[in-house]
Amino acid sequence: MHPFAQRIQTQFPSHFIDAREAFGELTVEIRRESIVEVCLFLKLDTHLQFDHLTDICSVDYPEDEERFEVIYHFYSIPKRQRIRIKARVPEEDCTIESITSLWQGANFLEREVYDMMGIRFNHHPDLRRILLTDDFDGFPLRKDFPTEGKGWRNTFEFIPKMDN
Amino acid sequence: MDREDHRSGNSSNEFGLIYHPESAEEMESKGPRTEDLLLNMGPQHPSTHGVLRIVLDLDGERIVKATPHLGYLHRGVEKLSEGKTYNQIITLTDRLDYVCAMTNNYAYVRAVEKLHGLKIPERGEYVRTIVAEMQRIAGHLFWLGTQALDIGAMTVFFYTFREREVLLDIFEALCGARLTYSFYRIGGVQNDLTPEMIQRLRKFIDEFPSKLDEYDTLLENNRIWLSRTKGIALISAEDAVNFGLTGPPLRGSGVNYDVRKAEPYAVYDKVQWDVPLGKNGDTYDRYWVRMREMRESAKIIRQCLNQLPDGPVLVDQPGVTYPKRDKIMVDMESLIHHFKMAYEGIKPPKGEVYCATEAPKGELGFYIMSDGSNKPYRLKIRAPSYVHLGAFDHMARGYMISDIVTIFGTYDVVMGECDR
Repeated sequence: MHPFAQRIQTQFPSHFIDAREAFGELTVEIRRESIVEVCLFLKLDTHLQFDHLTDICSVDYPEDEERFEVIYHFYSIPKRQRIRIKARVPEEDCTIESITSLWQGANFLEREVYDMMGIRFNHHPDLRRILLTDDFDGFPLRKDFPTEGKGWRNTFEFIPKMDN
Repeated sequence: MDREDHRSGNSSNEFGLIYHPESAEEMESKGPRTEDLLLNMGPQHPSTHGVLRIVLDLDGERIVKATPHLGYLHRGVEKLSEGKTYNQIITLTDRLDYVCAMTNNYAYVRAVEKLHGLKIPERGEYVRTIVAEMQRIAGHLFWLGTQALDIGAMTVFFYTFREREVLLDIFEALCGARLTYSFYRIGGVQNDLTPEMIQRLRKFIDEFPSKLDEYDTLLENNRIWLSRTKGIALISAEDAVNFGLTGPPLRGSGVNYDVRKAEPYAVYDKVQWDVPLGKNGDTYDRYWVRMREMRESAKIIRQCLNQLPDGPVLVDQPGVTYPKRDKIMVDMESLIHHFKMAYEGIKPPKGEVYCATEAPKGELGFYIMSDGSNKPYRLKIRAPSYVHLGAFDHMARGYMISDIVTIFGTYDVVMGECDR
């Protein structure tokens, strides 16, 4: 196992699920309850120093028991190392703790995840839709949302109807 | 007559502004009247370079809070990608950062190649590096011209667009397009540089440093330029990292992080070049960093042209690239292979990759989750413009309303990439 993953495992034995390396990238899977503690550890631990939050995104697996997956990408500028942290979120309780208290850059990234996938971030200072309109119905990056939309567009009078 | 009316009581002038005449005694008893002003800027505003709306909370002329409202150019590229084959997505990436489409293509194909474990022919890597650096120069020239235009130095705009035109002409000769190139292919590039193009490029690179000196004479000692950029939109190195800034906004604050040095790709480790770093983290330092970067890019291109090896620019691997055009009509295997490529496309192995590329605006990352089929299961674009706008409020607070255009321009934001 990668020494970084080993370190996370020894620090959080009950919240650590899995770690793997593929394509030269390290992925660590953890339980969502401890996301803030793990991120704080990643940021402050002198051996890790993951100070740069690169990205937050989410994936939808409709077949799985815990449907959603929130994926964090961190980069350590002093150590020149990347890490990917994953946490599963079930559909019935679609929430995860926000990490805006650690990285202010997480604000927009978490808002986008909420906008696109409908995952709510607890204790986020301003959790609103960001790319879509406030009255948009549904979360477009979920797999059950059709790419061509739900027909809302056809109700706009200013768009000419193409099919009749 | 009008003057009489104003004196007698409240009335509005032809601009609809209401006068509240108050006597000196009244002013003294109540103290000066203060009121926060909410001002909407955009989505149609010439300096936003696209469709961005910012709601400004103002105290007099000071910005108390700036709230960006995004999404006016959202086209759902990530959702569309889930229904397209890997080759088809290249054209979508053109429409992200539409002034630097080459880098977008590059960032995307690199992610797919990482997933597929492809090795690019050496000449292909050199051509890729040359074109990426040409695009960086073109992108920075575009930024310099428009930022100076926004601040009020109009001449620079004409100068930078003159040079950008030369690069766009070479791009046009290279791939037939001036903005949406789709030049990079999974496994290499579409066309090779011809000797004629190399000659044109050499001429441009030889002249370019003197052109940069020309811009310096327009801006470096320009008192208006200096007073409008120095000390404006300050961000400390710590905050810049905390907000996830990358590219010139991060390096302007003195943080040494450039993807080309940190995780060298293409031939960046085979050429000599430096990463320019700012000190103060203000608009001027970010301008300085970009100016230096253009000189470094010219250095990289010159070295690449000198080292340019012979050979193919695209891998010839069934299942990854299309067969040669002249083979399709005479060779049965090539015909089948061509059909399968067009019908099924590339099928990378199952897995996930995050691949970062240094775009002119910052770190452009593509996260691809593959389920082994010919379409990505999930594709996430880490757009630098989007992340940079997250720091907009922090960087705008406390500055004057006239600075908002400078602050916006200093990120070099393109809304197509921001809204995706």
